[in-house]
Amino acid sequence: MDLQIALLLSQDGIVNGSIYALLALALVLVFAVTRVIFIPQGEFVAYGALTLAAFQAGKTPGTLWLLLGAGVLVALIDTVIAVRAGAPGRLKRIALWDLALPAVVAGLVLGLQPATLPLAAQVALALAVVVPLGPMLYRLAYQPLAEASVLVLLIVSVAVHLALVGLGLLFFGAEGSRTTPFSEAQFNLGTLTVNGQTLWVLGASCVLIVALALFFGRTLYGKALRATAINRVGARLMGISTSMAGKLSFTLAAGIGALSGILIAPITTIYYDTGFLVGLKGFVAAIIAGLASYPLAAAGAILVGLLESFSSFWASAFKEVIVFTLIIPVLLWRSLTSHHVEEEE
Amino acid sequence: MMTTPILEIRELCVSYGKVEALHHINLKVAAGQIVTVIGPNGAGKTTMLSAIMGLLPSKGEIEFQGEVQRDIEVEHLVAMGMTLVPEKRELFGEMSVEDNLLLGAFQRYRHGDRDEGKTMDQVFATFPRLKERRAQLAGTLSGGERQMLAVGRALMAKPKLLMLDEPSLGLAPLIVREIFHIIADLKKTGVAILLVEQNARAALQIADYGYVLETGSVALEGESRQLADDPRVVETYLGLGGKKQ
Repeated sequence: MDLQIALLLSQDGIVNGSIYALLALALVLVFAVTRVIFIPQGEFVAYGALTLAAFQAGKTPGTLWLLLGAGVLVALIDTVIAVRAGAPGRLKRIALWDLALPAVVAGLVLGLQPATLPLAAQVALALAVVVPLGPMLYRLAYQPLAEASVLVLLIVSVAVHLALVGLGLLFFGAEGSRTTPFSEAQFNLGTLTVNGQTLWVLGASCVLIVALALFFGRTLYGKALRATAINRVGARLMGISTSMAGKLSFTLAAGIGALSGILIAPITTIYYDTGFLVGLKGFVAAIIAGLASYPLAAAGAILVGLLESFSSFWASAFKEVIVFTLIIPVLLWRSLTSHHVEEEE
Repeated sequence: MMTTPILEIRELCVSYGKVEALHHINLKVAAGQIVTVIGPNGAGKTTMLSAIMGLLPSKGEIEFQGEVQRDIEVEHLVAMGMTLVPEKRELFGEMSVEDNLLLGAFQRYRHGDRDEGKTMDQVFATFPRLKERRAQLAGTLSGGERQMLAVGRALMAKPKLLMLDEPSLGLAPLIVREIFHIIADLKKTGVAILLVEQNARAALQIADYGYVLETGSVALEGESRQLADDPRVVETYLGLGGKKQ
């Protein structure tokens, strides 16, 4: 291996690592706030990328129908609960978020012919279709079980993941897709060629990470999410409801997932089930951080990315094995250094 | 005796599984009053507050500000002006004192109030110690300071009813006196207070009305001065050092 190959592999590793970092941050966030191990994170990556690809191919993505259907379902359930509780004040919110919002998104997608729009508008539309699925998913699958144990929530996550992968196959078919790059530019740094999309991925990841840090450090809603993660009862007593915090963290996770998919779609072919592997690598990084520390998760993600690209050079048949084996020494080290904490009731 | 009650509880029952922990509790708190609930460990005092706040499922009627609460959700009650300072304080230990206080105003912020800075100045005026420690992490505070922060955080919601669960628990006598002084002062700001205490003497001194809770039922109730003179209360809760022998 000479320097140029090493540089190329590092570049690959860091680019993929920055995507894993975003996914790892989302996983840590969702776990800290809701105790859900969010396996379906990867499906949001695939849905984001494939929804954009469908727009560019001039098709209507199936995720749009999923959005409308999930919205109607959430609206029905919440309306019944609101009527039973004698709280008609909630109906306005339900109509706005679960019915009007998906209807407006559907109107835009069907009326605008996304294939003819500029790329930025296509990306915005794809996010508008996929991101609201996050809070709806929380409402349908997790909120009724908010007080259940981590294990039960994990089993729900596996089920949701399988359901979403199946829907992905139904919506997008078995063929993979790529999208047009954000930029065709190429730069030469010495012997290394850096293309524009790489810089987009790195830049967007950094911007997102800084934005998340500001959100958690400076805004009251960000602090409310941290408060829920630190002390759920204390947060409820401040009027920060567990379901509000859950929906907000799922919205963020869905947004991060969909955006990650959109960022990598021009450099990797995305299939309906690609998201799972991408998400799992983010999960390895999150485990390195003990599902608790954001900076450690980001560092772990870069490590995963580098390990993956170098092992694809040396032993490409084993590259996934090598990455996932990393989890064993990490778990050993964690089990030896940290004391066991009983899960709270 | 009482003006219109801000909180009225009728026939409140709470069960843990098959065991009923609270039996048909009736209780009233009038606007601007301090009402205390005293009683031994395990009498159900904390259970009662948790049920009123919607943290535990219960049977019976809870009327807050003249409205029967059918849909008892903690968040909804907080928005209506009810707050609880729980026995365990439940602070956000890894966040600063200032952030803890800000979060106390979360529900108001959500409904469009943006005067949390002004409320925080009032809280700092009540608890100057918190102002000194505003940048410190809540988890590093002393016991007394933690209690002050818990009360201060509850006041950030501008409550109409403040419920305090054992504010003297685990605190040194001097700090207990300070906390009770502050509670008595809070009454002047118009907030109604429901004070649950094992320290019966201190509680009856500042309260207008009192209830004695024993094994899940109200054993006695009355004006706090009468309660403090009641031989049963003197013997059981005020000890032989009480003023009547």
